[in-house]
Amino acid sequence: MRIEKPTKSRLAAAVTMLTLATALTLPQVARAETVLRIGMTAADIPRTLGQPDQGFEGNRFTGNTMYDGLTGWDLSSATKASVVIPALATEWAVDDADKKKWTFKLRPGVTFHDGSAFNADAVVWNVDKVLKQDAVQFDASQVGVTASRMPTLVSAKKIDDMTVELTTKEPDSFLPINLTNLFMASPTKWQALFDKAEGADAKAKSQAAWAAFAREASGTGPWKMSKFTPRERLELVKNDAYWNKDRVPKTDKMVLLPMPEANARTAALLSGQVDWVEAPAPDAVKEITARGFKIEKNEQPHVWPWQFSRAEGSPWNDIRVRKAANLCIDREGLKDGLLAGLMVPASGTFEPGHPWRGKPTFEIKYDLKAAQALMKEAGYGPTKKLEVKTQTSASGSGQMLPLPMNEYLQQALAECYFDVKLDVIEWNTLFTNWRRGVKDPSANGSNATNVTYAAMDPFFALVRFLQSSMAPPVSNNWGFINNPKFDELVTKARTTFDATARDAALAELHAASVDDAAFLYVAHDVGPRALSPKIKGFVQPKSWFVDFSPVSITP
Amino acid sequence: MFVYIARRVVYVIPIVLSVALVCFLLVHITPGDPLVAILPADASQELAQQLRVAYGFDRPLPVQFGLWLWRALHGDLGSSIATGRPVLAEVLKAVGNTVTLAIAAAAIGFTLGLFFGLIAGYFRDTWVDKVATSIAIAGVSVPHYWLGMVLVIIFSVQLNWLPAVGAGPGGSGSWAWDWEHIKYLVLPAITTSVIPMGIVTRTVRALTGDILSQDFVEALRAKGLQETKVFRHVIKNAAPTALAVMGLQLGYMLGGSILIETVFSWPGSGLLLNSAIFQRDLPLLQGTILVLALFFVFLNLLVDIAQASIDPRIKRS
Repeated sequence: MRIEKPTKSRLAAAVTMLTLATALTLPQVARAETVLRIGMTAADIPRTLGQPDQGFEGNRFTGNTMYDGLTGWDLSSATKASVVIPALATEWAVDDADKKKWTFKLRPGVTFHDGSAFNADAVVWNVDKVLKQDAVQFDASQVGVTASRMPTLVSAKKIDDMTVELTTKEPDSFLPINLTNLFMASPTKWQALFDKAEGADAKAKSQAAWAAFAREASGTGPWKMSKFTPRERLELVKNDAYWNKDRVPKTDKMVLLPMPEANARTAALLSGQVDWVEAPAPDAVKEITARGFKIEKNEQPHVWPWQFSRAEGSPWNDIRVRKAANLCIDREGLKDGLLAGLMVPASGTFEPGHPWRGKPTFEIKYDLKAAQALMKEAGYGPTKKLEVKTQTSASGSGQMLPLPMNEYLQQALAECYFDVKLDVIEWNTLFTNWRRGVKDPSANGSNATNVTYAAMDPFFALVRFLQSSMAPPVSNNWGFINNPKFDELVTKARTTFDATARDAALAELHAASVDDAAFLYVAHDVGPRALSPKIKGFVQPKSWFVDFSPVSITP
Repeated sequence: MFVYIARRVVYVIPIVLSVALVCFLLVHITPGDPLVAILPADASQELAQQLRVAYGFDRPLPVQFGLWLWRALHGDLGSSIATGRPVLAEVLKAVGNTVTLAIAAAAIGFTLGLFFGLIAGYFRDTWVDKVATSIAIAGVSVPHYWLGMVLVIIFSVQLNWLPAVGAGPGGSGSWAWDWEHIKYLVLPAITTSVIPMGIVTRTVRALTGDILSQDFVEALRAKGLQETKVFRHVIKNAAPTALAVMGLQLGYMLGGSILIETVFSWPGSGLLLNSAIFQRDLPLLQGTILVLALFFVFLNLLVDIAQASIDPRIKRS
């Protein structure tokens, strides 16, 4: 057999092939997978089936990552208040003839992670999963965290493939804001799991299908579930096919690890086990920054207040007393001392710059002399102190440092002739009592309660506290506030469907509540988190949520 | 012996029933709403009532207990309110992780406890005894969470030798006895081991001292038996009591330590219990307490039987 010598052209071809092959494989070799590891404060991975538990931390990590709602939050700015923007719906409008009916136009070309199409049927199916008890996909365990966040929505109807009609039980301009809490899960994926599920009846099969769906989640979000070990970790990979090309994640993989103990989270960060921790231990902040990590924080729509009793005989019924308490607290001192900078002093539910702030005439600030003068005018003084009692907890979600902060308030208010008694109870009990109101025996003689609240949408921030019809057992008007002006402004805001005019009405309501010193406004949380210096592109908005898409990490 | 075992097994039945009743009642008599885990505070009373009915919390307590016990006897502890996952699977997985930790901690604690106890008892009132006793006292006195944090600061944060938190790489959910997994176990196991180490040291020291002062030891020595053989007799006599103490300690460890598991984010029964308490997840809380209590009861039964088979006095009785 004769072996031919390779000719020049053959050699050239071989070299070209080899170069090409090397070039094709090079990117995989040269570019390592980027992984972002986050230590959450949750004790477990928030539920992954579409409607997360664990409050807004759940929405932050397993809601807004894997899923979208019809509407979403603009999380791109660190300086402006986060506002609602189109997400899976591109536009919406209320029916001029019947203000209880809304039409939502859906975004075309969106697919779920399993490849099925997002359309009007999917929206109706997702509304029914929490509102229609006879729907096969109805899941009682998802109702609690959803229905209360969109309290007026009653049903959904398909108009055509890309249009749905939503109906509320009363005219409610807040609906588009509430809908950020309804995440769209894939009906196709769920149906496949339902068909495979075992169970004695449809209800049992439905439960099994939801349990399986939680392990194999399918939404339309920028992140897809890749690995899930309950109570240990959730791994998400980027969704290259995400409908919003500007928000395709810049990191290949995100790993979420539950770490309920602040010192454990801090140790995990400092030892390089994670790249990002939520709420680091406050006393470790110096050590964290000294090692080159960054602390990110920003004002959150969250209020740390005392909610006053306005029941008959309450000392807080005198507006001079309410105003005096608000002027008697050195919030800057609280911030710089006890809280090591991790708070923003509150001068209302919303701070200047927020579209719902308005122009209150009563300025909430530290003015000891004015506070003392108001108290004297109300008939109190160094020899005649006003006894007030506040129910609070020793710990609890969002309560920041409830005991030391309340003791600070106790000392501060003593200067203004208040004699503050604290009734410290367990957090879940305080939460339960909050719903029962001041007239319930569980209030234990208190005339104020200290429960922090989220202030992202108008219902949560204002309406449930200020409207007289929201008194227990309906909602959280714990102190039975009954102010016709508030009721009038709530109705005005709810029935104003132009977004700008609605915001103006809400601003009016907020300003009225500050002028009335409806609460003792103390602080806003700042959602502190510590980040590795390898992380770039992170923006901490004025929100409970963050956008993980622009975040990149050096391998 | 058979009668003894049968009697002990029969005794277990009312204990188990009492445990079930107590753990059911304990979580019901505490104040607060059982639906806190899934119901935001702003939820209306109407919605709360709707869910209360859906979860059966509107029924009278005896009915709830009867249904719960019936299902529990059939291996169904219900589903977690917070996650919807079956409680039994949640508890067994967590208990598996705790057993891993308990085995490692027991190996360390019992080995060191026996060693320190024997040498302290044998060299009683010497400097060896004083050193061993001091270590034992420190073991039972040092707060666990503090020791855990100190170990983390030294070995994880400063030296970067061992991981600070977690129960293995990659969250595979399954354990393997290789270095990749064991390195996650070292710090929590050492922290968990100090109490059993201290207790076993003190128990064995006292037993060794007592036995060495007894007449039969004098007799053995008078017979000219080698000291190593005398020592073997001492160990044999100390074994039943030491075993009972170790069994009790193992029982405590299998119950998991809320503090240690929380400090190290070790996903065991302690961390599960912590999570169930804070979320007020009643089915999970009841299921976890029940399974842990049963573990304790059955472990005690096993220890009693093992003790009986070793100790001729119990066998005879």
